[in-house]
Amino acid sequence: MQKMRRFKLTGLPDSGGHFGPYGGKFVPETLMTALEELEEAYRSAKKDPRFKKELRFYLGNFAGRPTPLTEAKRLGKILGVRHLFLKREDLLHTGAHKINNTLGQVLLTVRMGKKRVIAETGAGQHGVATATVSALFGIPCEVYMGEEDIHRQALNVFRMKLLGARVISVKTGSQTLKDAVNEAIRDWVTNVRDTHYIIGSVIGPHPYPEMVRDFQCVIGRETRADLKKIGLGDPEYLVACVGGGSNSIGLFHPFLKSRSKMIGVEAAGLGLHTAQHAAALTLGTTGVLHGSKSRVLQNKDGQIDLAHSISAGLDYPGVGPEHAYLKMAGRAEYVAATDAEALLGVKALSQNEGIIPALEPAHAIGYLLKHRGRFKKSDTIVLCLSGRGDKDVEQISKALNEPD
Amino acid sequence: MNRIREKFLDLKKKRGKALIFYMTAGDPSLAANQALIPFLEKEGADLIELGVPFSDPLADGPVIQAASQRALKRGTTLPKILTLVRNVRKKSQIPVLLMSYLNPLMQYGYERFAKDAKAAGVDGVIVPDLPPEEERVFVRALKGKKLDLVYLLAPTTGPARRRVIAKASSGFIYYVSVTGVTGARRQISPSLRPDLSAAKKASRLPLCVGFGIATPGQAKAAAAGADGVIIGSALVRALEKNSKMSHGLFAKKFAAPFARALGKAV
Repeated sequence: MQKMRRFKLTGLPDSGGHFGPYGGKFVPETLMTALEELEEAYRSAKKDPRFKKELRFYLGNFAGRPTPLTEAKRLGKILGVRHLFLKREDLLHTGAHKINNTLGQVLLTVRMGKKRVIAETGAGQHGVATATVSALFGIPCEVYMGEEDIHRQALNVFRMKLLGARVISVKTGSQTLKDAVNEAIRDWVTNVRDTHYIIGSVIGPHPYPEMVRDFQCVIGRETRADLKKIGLGDPEYLVACVGGGSNSIGLFHPFLKSRSKMIGVEAAGLGLHTAQHAAALTLGTTGVLHGSKSRVLQNKDGQIDLAHSISAGLDYPGVGPEHAYLKMAGRAEYVAATDAEALLGVKALSQNEGIIPALEPAHAIGYLLKHRGRFKKSDTIVLCLSGRGDKDVEQISKALNEPD
Repeated sequence: MNRIREKFLDLKKKRGKALIFYMTAGDPSLAANQALIPFLEKEGADLIELGVPFSDPLADGPVIQAASQRALKRGTTLPKILTLVRNVRKKSQIPVLLMSYLNPLMQYGYERFAKDAKAAGVDGVIVPDLPPEEERVFVRALKGKKLDLVYLLAPTTGPARRRVIAKASSGFIYYVSVTGVTGARRQISPSLRPDLSAAKKASRLPLCVGFGIATPGQAKAAAAGADGVIIGSALVRALEKNSKMSHGLFAKKFAAPFARALGKAV
């Protein structure tokens, strides 16, 4: 507790977008004016009751909020805890929490009078969520996606196209999410006057980490209210997977001042002892990537490493700056689960609860299973089930059939 | 007095414009960069920018992205680039700036970088992803070693911000001629002239124009409202295409026409 008190937890970031030493704006000058404009638009929207009402309307009538808090009784029994609850973001339209953010940002796009949106995507979930809201509002949409990922996620590519978006294949660098972000930023630098860039996670330059977090905080707010409604207080533990970190910050943030402990689960890929993982908080160092300072996987020369994870949504060498700060402040704990542990998580949830999770939150389930010894019989755990497994079924089937 | 300032004072006296060439260090090789610099100088180059290759160069177009990848594949690192500058200094006093994204400098260590860069004979630094609001520690480290820090101005930069950037910048100000990334454009923007004259009002520092200037004709047009022009992607691409040509001949064929376009007697 001593350690925690030294750090400010709420009211961040500061006016420059800093979370302690992390965050900020590290972008080409051409974008600085657009970021200021976005910041201003967001600030005024946040105070505007009409904007809030409109967002609430679309979250409710289009995306399907509020999402239930489902008790996972059989899995909870296996873990040996009092309650295990799942926050069911997997039940949202398009299948994941991503739409909480894209709805907010598309409303801002309209408000700013921008005529076109762009997005990056790894697994395709954020791309689909962006293409969806773009179709809803009749705004042309182009999605950058690494050539590698386009092959891995053919179904989502088709979904985006069906929704009227143009999918642009990124053939530079590693041809994955990292390079898709680079290309989207380059597009934005070029077309900044009429284009809004919908970033999909709590990464990027200020105000994105703050804005995307705020749009995702509905996860934690609903969770808190639902727990209260059933007569339970704040849970002992909040658990969520961390790639860029948007579903986890959305769950954690409304609880920052509570006594709940927070566990963010990164992707350990083939293992933390290998070079094949995506654990930027567990093993990364301070660096600048995609417009903000945070923890990054990189070599000693400052070249960004390639990440690896079975889940394309966690396959990213950086992480949101607020997570780096929460780790430094000791407010949240960050751990990692391997590809294999995630697959066990998929099986456990599917077979015990009748819910096939996406590979991303399966990492959090895998962690709980492996470390069930650390939890007490009296503990209540809330796990953010950030997405459903439909998109991953083919990959899961391949992975489970292959001998280790 | 530092070499950059001296160069611009000299150019002012002669009423000349600065001709600045950019190459990605390590492409085609550090040895080739080193050998080429004196020839470029002979053919009219006033300043040299050496790009420090980075894995995620988000302000760069395809030509410099590819050059950076090639340079990294060859094992180019910041210490090796500093050695290159040290070697250049044995032969030439041409002002040399490093153009680097922030992260490689951060990992090297700001204090250590300022010390080693100064000792190697670097005169200034351009960091395309560093706005004046960030990293005071870095700025102080450079100042401590009297290294110039050149900030960029963009066509989207408003008047108030222009003044902030002008005040923070030293050596010269880098005016980004297009709303976009580095790389050749078919023509320079028709709004460049009025944009430049607005930018000039913000500062007494020399104003040099870069991004998208690929031909001697474009260089001449861009230089009309500025104190210098920066040729980057066009040089990098020419180097790639003419890898077999001798450095002397390459400089004569590629650099000299730019010098002539700027009215230099070489």
